[in-house]
Amino acid sequence: MQPTIERLALNRRRRTRRHRTAVLTLLILVGLLFGLTLSVGQSIVAPVDVLRILIGEPVAGASFTVGQLRLPRAGLAVLSGLCFGLGGAAFQIMLRNPLASPDIIGITSGAGAAAVFAIVVLQMSGPMVSLLAVGAGLGVAMLVYGLSFRNGVGGTRLILVGIGVSAMLQSVIATILSTAPSWSLQEAMRWLTGSVNGAQSQQALPLLLALGVFGGVLLSRARDLDALRLGDDTASALGVRVAQTRMVVIVCAVGMIAVATAVTGPIAFVAFLSGPIAARIVRANGSLLLPAALVGAILVLAGDYLGQVLLPSRYPVGVITGALGAPYLLFLIVRVNRTGGSL
Amino acid sequence: MTDHTLVATGLSAGYDGKEILQGLDLAIPSGRITVVVGANACGKSTFLRTLSRLLAPTKGHVLLDGASIHRMPARQLARTLGLLPQAPIAPEGITVVDLVSRGRHPHKSLFSRWTRGDDEAVDGALAATKTFDLAERPVDELSGGQRQRVWIAMALAQETDILLLDEPTTFLDINHQIDVLDLLTDLNRERGTTIVMVLHDLNLAARYADALVAMAGGRIHAFGTPEEVLTEDMVRKVFGLESRVISDPLSRRPMMLPIGRHKMAGNEAA
Amino acid sequence: MTVVSVKALASVHRSVARSRRSRGLWLALLIAALVVLTILSVTIGTRDVAWAEIAAALGGAQETIGQAAIALRVPRTLLALLAGAALGLAGAIMQGVTRNPLADPGILGVNMGASLAVVIGVAWFGMASAQAYIWSAIAGAAGAALFVYTIGSLGRGGATPLKLALAGAATSVAFSSLVIAVVLPRGDIAGGIHAWQIGGVGGATYDRVLPVLPFLGIGFAISLLSARKLNSLALGDDVAAGLGEHVAAARAVASCGAILLCGATTAICGPIGFIGLMVPHLCRVLIGVDHRWLLPFSALGGAALLLAADILGRIVARPGELDVGIITALIGAPFFILIVRRQRVREL
Repeated sequence: MQPTIERLALNRRRRTRRHRTAVLTLLILVGLLFGLTLSVGQSIVAPVDVLRILIGEPVAGASFTVGQLRLPRAGLAVLSGLCFGLGGAAFQIMLRNPLASPDIIGITSGAGAAAVFAIVVLQMSGPMVSLLAVGAGLGVAMLVYGLSFRNGVGGTRLILVGIGVSAMLQSVIATILSTAPSWSLQEAMRWLTGSVNGAQSQQALPLLLALGVFGGVLLSRARDLDALRLGDDTASALGVRVAQTRMVVIVCAVGMIAVATAVTGPIAFVAFLSGPIAARIVRANGSLLLPAALVGAILVLAGDYLGQVLLPSRYPVGVITGALGAPYLLFLIVRVNRTGGSL
Repeated sequence: MTDHTLVATGLSAGYDGKEILQGLDLAIPSGRITVVVGANACGKSTFLRTLSRLLAPTKGHVLLDGASIHRMPARQLARTLGLLPQAPIAPEGITVVDLVSRGRHPHKSLFSRWTRGDDEAVDGALAATKTFDLAERPVDELSGGQRQRVWIAMALAQETDILLLDEPTTFLDINHQIDVLDLLTDLNRERGTTIVMVLHDLNLAARYADALVAMAGGRIHAFGTPEEVLTEDMVRKVFGLESRVISDPLSRRPMMLPIGRHKMAGNEAA
Repeated sequence: MTVVSVKALASVHRSVARSRRSRGLWLALLIAALVVLTILSVTIGTRDVAWAEIAAALGGAQETIGQAAIALRVPRTLLALLAGAALGLAGAIMQGVTRNPLADPGILGVNMGASLAVVIGVAWFGMASAQAYIWSAIAGAAGAALFVYTIGSLGRGGATPLKLALAGAATSVAFSSLVIAVVLPRGDIAGGIHAWQIGGVGGATYDRVLPVLPFLGIGFAISLLSARKLNSLALGDDVAAGLGEHVAAARAVASCGAILLCGATTAICGPIGFIGLMVPHLCRVLIGVDHRWLLPFSALGGAALLLAADILGRIVARPGELDVGIITALIGAPFFILIVRRQRVREL
């Protein structure tokens, strides 16, 4: 037998290096897309001018477009994408099923139902709608968690209960929309499709907070999450407090996703697809959380850019990610079921 | 290897308010192989799950070195007591060496880095289970016997002095069953690891156990050496089966031969 | 044979006889309930109509507003009965074919498949006739059912409840997002599509119900005739094959019936969920698992439940009315969760 320990150590270093390269590449991609969104739109602003605006120098004819329109928009896209990607991936890893994303187990529809109710029935708008949506997202998550509690929470039961709750909420949304007068229908539909239109810089604050607090906690629990992928029993044998970890992950992931949903509306499939895409990129080389967050940011940035600039008529980003995500989602179901369904 | 005491006192546990274990007392012999046998639904898996903290007892305690394991920090317990559950899950595409490395989890804190000691533990586990040649292969591609050895390797990398295994030979061909039991015996002899496992096959249990536990109705029916426990009387009471117990010519351990209604010598002619 | 087993046999015979009697009793009760509900459905509405006027309206008079209201309620009641029966029966078939307690046209994405097909037909092919709606809805339902079942049964363990439900839910989500993508750029058709998607039985007229009748008729016939096949399938594919059943063919025929039923229903009512989930479970509690009884009971039970939900929707939201789809969802989702909680985790 060869000097084994050296070979193992070498391979481990190689994997760590690959993981680092993947994260770095994704970061650069985010940066490039961010720059693209800032400089190339209906009008083109030279990269040099963009940089000057970013450090605060006025540039005639471009300051407003870049500083007031494009920058908040791109910033919001990045931040919400990070939230969706990180929160979604944490959920999928915890439940060991890529299909168990917040889009499917009712959290997104909970936030959506609350927002539609607030807009159409209570005739609210602005931050109150967002606040209600966050509350409802968390509420639905707790409801689903509580309803699936029986000798602890089985992942399977949680997913199925979530599907049931989600189906109910969808029909609540449909009913409210069917009674909506046309002006609030427009508003509600706009909210439901998810977009970063009309972004303002103060909207970034809740997202930053969510990323800092919830995201930080999630990343600090990355190793426990990773152990959960081996099954509850094995994770427990490895010294992970399964129930507690699950609770922390649910609160943090739902918190992030609910906040992002409240700010931008439910941008379809970003929470769903970031994890699996990131998994294909980093393979088994390391933690999935950071790459998934970056993939989320890329998806929202690219989707928004496609919808605003590249297509003949303008679409909100949610429609783009929805239309492009749906086929990938179907492909994913096929693959997951064929191979037994872990992330 | 340090000596540990693992003791269950007045242990009751169950699911859905139904008590499956009913006030069970047992001291696990340190540095030995203890095998739990019993009919289906007698509570042997529940016992193992409670012993390993997967299930909280409704009454009584599991004491490791005198301290209740259900109050101990999870990571600290996982450095002394390891468990291989019945149906562990391997994430898709994970390689053998990566899976075995996961066994180091209880030895890592938030900021600690991978060390040479970790590499040595993983390497030792791979060597002990003869899975070194599989190290870079995805776990999904392995055969049942190979996969079970890999899981045992993961438990070894955890470097615990006590190892619990829930039916480690189920679903394996007979040659792999012997393989796994021999491997566990090596481990017990070479590292002094205390092993507690549930086995289905009475004769294999009697052959490999230092101490045999027969459970019935959520209680310990008999506990002792295989010779003391595996008797015709025990088989009748625990399994409801008439049998003859003879001495296994290979191992000199007791061996149970079931008595059925047909195909018995002298009976078929009539 | 020993004395004991003769006694046991006699008690088995007695319990069989008892269960036959109780089936008859339940059948009578169910039919009585249907009659009562039908009367209620004609008499109760957002507008109160006097008995004399109702009688006159049923005789064909349409002079007062009250009488006109009754003339609208009759086809509505008829449609609710038909749609309920179709969905209840389709649910029982799907649960039988997939051996899966969670199967339901809504959960499995079949309704959403029908929606997507109709939306594409309207948006891209300028589809307008009732016939075209029905055909495209049935095609969409069939496509979705086939797709979800195929991907749900890939891999280890076949079509487990979890895999099927997830495949169905994910397919629903994907399809509904495709529906939005198709409709959004077409402001001209968005309003009509939206009204259809909400669906319900409220706007029923004889003209709308008529074209769908042949489809429903064939669907009912195929479904009810496959009871014996489903009884064999319930024992598992291998045993069914051992009993001389052609498993794949049996499954295909029965599914065809269910798809015709839910496709045709979705074409006129839009997607209505959970009827197909709840009714077969309730019927099983009443009369057991024999599909020769379960299927007709599910049809009658579905009709009763949908009609009751429709009446409820007219009462609770007076002076307006609530769509029947939301009522069934509000009752059905807790029921679904109850079933999930009752199943042992391992079976899922």
